[in-house]
Amino acid sequence: MLDIQNLNVVFGTGRLRVEAVKNVSFHVEPGAAYGLVGESGSGKSTVLRAICGLAPITSGRVLVDGKEVTTPRSKAFYRTVQMVFQDPYASLHPRHTVDRTLSEPLAIHGEKKDAEARILQALREVGLGPSFRFRYPHQLSGGQRQRIAIARALILRPKVLLLDEPTSALDASVQAEILNLLDDLRRRLGLTYILVSHDLAVVAHLCERLLVMQHGEAVEETTADALRSGDASNAYTRSLIHASQGFTRVATQPAQAPAA
Amino acid sequence: MTKPLLDVEDLRVRFHLRTGTVEAVRGVSFQLGRERLGIVGESGSGKSQTGRAILGLTPPPGEVKAKRLAFDGIDLLTASKKTLRTLRGGRISMVMQDPKYSLNPVMTIGEQIIEAYQAHAKAGRGEARDRALAMLEAVKMRDPGRVFSLYPHEVSGGMGQRAMIAMMLVTEPDLLIADEPTSALDVTVSMEVLRILDELVTERGMGLIFISHDLKLVSSFCDRVLVMYAGRVVEELEAKNLREAQHPYTQGLMRCLPTLANDVRPLPTLNRDPSWAL
Repeated sequence: MLDIQNLNVVFGTGRLRVEAVKNVSFHVEPGAAYGLVGESGSGKSTVLRAICGLAPITSGRVLVDGKEVTTPRSKAFYRTVQMVFQDPYASLHPRHTVDRTLSEPLAIHGEKKDAEARILQALREVGLGPSFRFRYPHQLSGGQRQRIAIARALILRPKVLLLDEPTSALDASVQAEILNLLDDLRRRLGLTYILVSHDLAVVAHLCERLLVMQHGEAVEETTADALRSGDASNAYTRSLIHASQGFTRVATQPAQAPAA
Repeated sequence: MTKPLLDVEDLRVRFHLRTGTVEAVRGVSFQLGRERLGIVGESGSGKSQTGRAILGLTPPPGEVKAKRLAFDGIDLLTASKKTLRTLRGGRISMVMQDPKYSLNPVMTIGEQIIEAYQAHAKAGRGEARDRALAMLEAVKMRDPGRVFSLYPHEVSGGMGQRAMIAMMLVTEPDLLIADEPTSALDVTVSMEVLRILDELVTERGMGLIFISHDLKLVSSFCDRVLVMYAGRVVEELEAKNLREAQHPYTQGLMRCLPTLANDVRPLPTLNRDPSWAL
């Protein structure tokens, strides 16, 4: 479905030149979910942004459905690929109602005919009722906003959803709801996901395969099952697994129970 | 434990708004010795307002009431502004969530640490400078001399957070309140910051209040945990016994996290019982 070949993204020139993504390649099958993991500055979000045209492709190829993408991206591209951003507080227009937010993609793609029915359906798909249609973002909770952002991405019936840290701005209980929703939507609509997250547990939950990135380079490609069994060949991946298990006191103070 | 460092009884924080009164904290009581206390809860549970109220940092329309709010025998509710000023930053410090917003963008990191130190200790510039450098070293900055003369925008998030911890600890406080000190950081960096915090707290015998939404992190870092929901403490327990939590809210929070160890699908979600908020 999606093929990334030797992708390089460079920002700036001369002294300010930053190689954000260095020679990253991966392949995502239709209907699969693929994770990109790494710390901030590892280039994981830049890969997503390069795919959807928000960052330049300096060299390398991005193929969607076997066809190389054009710059600027065509309308057909955005019908296939849509993005959900990290912060639902920032990604929805504060002065547009849910209805307007959801009708905008339809208007852009000239599909205003049955807009009302599609908006209601999109709301239903993300588990919100029609009563949410004329609300403003400030009248919604964080989880509801993220549901609207997902509905906005889904309303054009894309095949690929790019998810940039979709749950990291949300509370744990809300995160569980959104993850369940994403899981469910993928199965029902046969979507392909690329999920960027710094949380290994989230990536392992949603994705089958994942790529660990550090300093713009791909460090290791592995599977969720391998992660679960703690089976990682790379030291950096191991340190991520270790860190995801919570804080551990240094070995110099052995695990004494504070009973003393 | 002899006399508690901090004694909070029936703390209430109210905001009188045009649309009515919102009670953000509704009767929180706890005592803190020289230990690590975690306060966990979701957004809006009142955990941050609890931390702020202790320092007298409740934002304007807010009103703080308590039966008792005493730090080392000093009543914080009736104390004069002058006393509060000497306490704040001197004996009680607070580390905020995001170094990007909490550090002064137009002062170098070194200057800010010196300012914090000189506000509370009679010290000459040379001595303050030495202290600041020593503190930067204590938080494991690789090149303290260089970081000293950098501006906040020139350092990474993890370094900024360490600089803030250095600034807060330079006055050698007895109590440190850390409000989500690692939420803006990467997992690996946040472990590093926590390790530094842990070392300093243990070495200096400080009391620590660690406010976070991350139950897993808090339980692995603190000795004792208060779980807050809708402005109340719903459960208090030893961190190591978190797995045996009794309250359905705590249990629900524990369960809804995806873990590497076991793959549950769909994830259990939290069914909020209105009676929890009563």
